[in-house]
Amino acid sequence: MTAPIPAFERFYEEHRTEVLRFLGRRLGHDRAEDAFQDTFLRALRAYPRLEHGDHLRAWVLTIASRIVLDDVRKRKPGGELPELPTEESWHPAFEDLAPLTEGLPPKERAAVVLRYGYDLGYDEIGVALGSTEAAARQAASAGVRRLRKETT
Amino acid sequence: MTETVSLALDERFRAAAAAEGLLDVAYDVLPDTPVGALLVGVTDHGVCRISFDPEPEHHLELLARLHGPRVLRSSKPVDRVRLELDEYFAGKRQHFDVEPDVRVMPEFNRRVLEQLARVEYGTTTTYGSLAELAGNRGAARAVGTVMNRNPVPIVLACHRVVGANGNLTGYAGGLERKVQLLRLEGALL
Repeated sequence: MTAPIPAFERFYEEHRTEVLRFLGRRLGHDRAEDAFQDTFLRALRAYPRLEHGDHLRAWVLTIASRIVLDDVRKRKPGGELPELPTEESWHPAFEDLAPLTEGLPPKERAAVVLRYGYDLGYDEIGVALGSTEAAARQAASAGVRRLRKETT
Repeated sequence: MTETVSLALDERFRAAAAAEGLLDVAYDVLPDTPVGALLVGVTDHGVCRISFDPEPEHHLELLARLHGPRVLRSSKPVDRVRLELDEYFAGKRQHFDVEPDVRVMPEFNRRVLEQLARVEYGTTTTYGSLAELAGNRGAARAVGTVMNRNPVPIVLACHRVVGANGNLTGYAGGLERKVQLLRLEGALL
């Protein structure tokens, strides 16, 4: 079962405070306000292409991370920054996931990062963790559940 | 850090979202009209929702399902309807220039609402004659249902439709509002 896509108003109300704080930590208060508007305008543009309402928090934080990178690039031309996937692909890069998953137990954290940061299949994650596909799936979903609990 | 989204920042985003044409529905609440608080929703095609229930939570899902998920409170797109309603309540407007957007309604409903739009300010008609005009003589009861589900009351003036015996019958916003609107228009003493 996937979650239905909420009306944008609901999505915005639910995530705006966290997005602003995230941007504030990365950019400082003044630049965060412009980045805030850019983040949610970009989310609005991509919103009709969403296929379900799962992981919307990770999705909007990914967009915010990309806005931060754009902002930093603009200010430091030629700076070495990693390429990120486009915002239509759902997977936050590892560096975006890392701060979000800090509080997880190591195995769950690894499973979540490999699944959602590197887009590995559970079979590959199982191998990477030296366990099984089923154990990897279980660790990732436990991690996601824990993240949800921490953020509500 | 306990930074929260300031009112100015919030309003700035909501205005930008509308200005860039990114919304399926922009809505706002008119807190203080003579018939109470109203929720008004507009699309690019006109006014798609007027409700006597001003609680957005009760409308978001339906609006998203009918018109698309980008439903956001934003006051500017609603200004024209707000102004026309103000003029109407002040007795200075007898006809709305804003278009009703009833594209999502079933065909029969649209046909009936189209006939309803021709009923003049300050007059009344009956469910039966509206049914006949819509090409379904005898469908008075079905017309009653269409009136009850009118997505844009006041602008599409379902309050001007009464029973054949002159009874006011019913109104989705409550009978006292129907009386109030008909009095405003001088159709009732």
